Amino acid sequence: MVNAEPILKTENLQCFYGSQRVIHDLNIEVLPNEILGVIGPANSGKTTFLRALNRLNALNPSYRQSGTITFEGQDLRKIPDNLLRKKIGSIFALPQVLPISIYQNIAYGPKVHGVASKSKVDQIVEESLQKAYLWDEVKDRLDLQANRLSGGQQQRLCIARTLAVEPEVILYDEPCSGLDPISTAKVEDAMQKLKEHYTQILVTNNTKQAARVSDRTAFFLMGELVEMTDTNTLFTSPRDSRTNDYITGRFG
Amino acid sequence: MMTAKTTQKIAFVLLGLGTLLLVVVPILLTILYILVNGGSAMTWEFLSQPPRNGMKEGGILPAIVGTVVLILGTMLFALPLGILSAVYLVEYAKDNFFTRLIKLSVVNLSGIPSIVYGLFGLTLFVGFCRFGTSILSGALTLAIMSLPVVITATKEALESVPQAFREVSFSLGATRWQTVRYCVLPYAIPGILTGTVLSLSRAAGETAPILFTVAAFYLPRLPHSVYDQVMALPYHLYVISTQVPNMPLKLSFATGFVLIAIVFLMNIASVFLRAHYRKKKTW
Repeated sequence: MVNAEPILKTENLQCFYGSQRVIHDLNIEVLPNEILGVIGPANSGKTTFLRALNRLNALNPSYRQSGTITFEGQDLRKIPDNLLRKKIGSIFALPQVLPISIYQNIAYGPKVHGVASKSKVDQIVEESLQKAYLWDEVKDRLDLQANRLSGGQQQRLCIARTLAVEPEVILYDEPCSGLDPISTAKVEDAMQKLKEHYTQILVTNNTKQAARVSDRTAFFLMGELVEMTDTNTLFTSPRDSRTNDYITGRFG
Repeated sequence: MMTAKTTQKIAFVLLGLGTLLLVVVPILLTILYILVNGGSAMTWEFLSQPPRNGMKEGGILPAIVGTVVLILGTMLFALPLGILSAVYLVEYAKDNFFTRLIKLSVVNLSGIPSIVYGLFGLTLFVGFCRFGTSILSGALTLAIMSLPVVITATKEALESVPQAFREVSFSLGATRWQTVRYCVLPYAIPGILTGTVLSLSRAAGETAPILFTVAAFYLPRLPHSVYDQVMALPYHLYVISTQVPNMPLKLSFATGFVLIAIVFLMNIASVFLRAHYRKKKTW
């Protein structure tokens, strides 16, 4: 896996909000089909890093960045916003379902990308829900308002919704922070099974979750990448003493 | 010894009664007063005939038609322009000197007295654009007067749609317009309707802006084109109340009642439309 071409790569990435620098000189490579865990205390730049990858940061008018990000060898700046975000999907911390039906939530993406035929949309909805392990729970009530589902179901609905636009990379921003342990397990389960087809980046405040789910783990601190290596090594014998302090719960 | 809860209860009841007394009772009394004084003039003939005999007899049909046409014309110009302006300001525009200037202008426009809009319309539409004294000039003038309210209400409605909806839409690869069209506007419509109807009701009742731009003193025939003058209810009311000697008072009251009824119908329509759209709005 180490020899594979990185699918996403940042070079000297620096991110600012106004005059405040939140990411310093980040060089990171994300490999295809891996789950990359990103851990670190609050304000360490994890979320900013994630949102730089599909330019969601740009929605904030005070945001600026320098350095380059490449996606499949192509400079990110050369990819139009809507195409980039189709290929790199996002799952947010709180399940952000739209106040429409389950079906419509998932159909939204394909529709904005021009899938018009009803049977095709039906098929995408079913496939996406199956991939997110939600189909069996909702197949009889696709017309239900999505916000009537439980938190864990809503989050898997969000995953299904992202899968419906056929992304290559999925970014998770603390996807289980509002979920109970059983829902969390279901989301993690779904992530494991999605590995086959997708590259996934998981930002989490829960170090144990990173240890459970991710192949490699990166530790961010104050906007710097302190250490990034395969998850086992990072959690058993970290090189940097700050990593050790964090994972053993001495700060953060 | 009164508990805090009892005190609160008493205060709320008093406030409720006060509101009732200050807001609801005067409205009901006004309508009742108008009905008592003008009710006997409210006949089918009054609604369906042009005025006759120095406007002392007959009906007010041309004025009703004129007002309805002016409302529709105002809607035609003010809604697209106002709503799109607000969409631009909230969803597209960056915060810079230029957009701050626009926002400041919108706020200031709403404070301008309506007679000034009338003079503005006279200069620009009647004179400069050579539309003459016509429905077109009048509707455009009323539309400009309504714009600030439409823009402000639409802006507030758009801003009240959670930012998360936009993020979700963008994160699925929707373009900005798709996001606005499918993820923002549907949830802003109730608020937009409220503001729009408010501004149109005001436009329907204004005399000053139409005084120089469209209103006819006496014109029994109905309009044929947008370049025609029309009679309009508020101006007609002004005319028969102050300019025509020996006018039966009940005709003025009946005219006023018709104007109120039109505005009231618009409000009812908006209530139903809002209820229809609000069914979807549950976040």
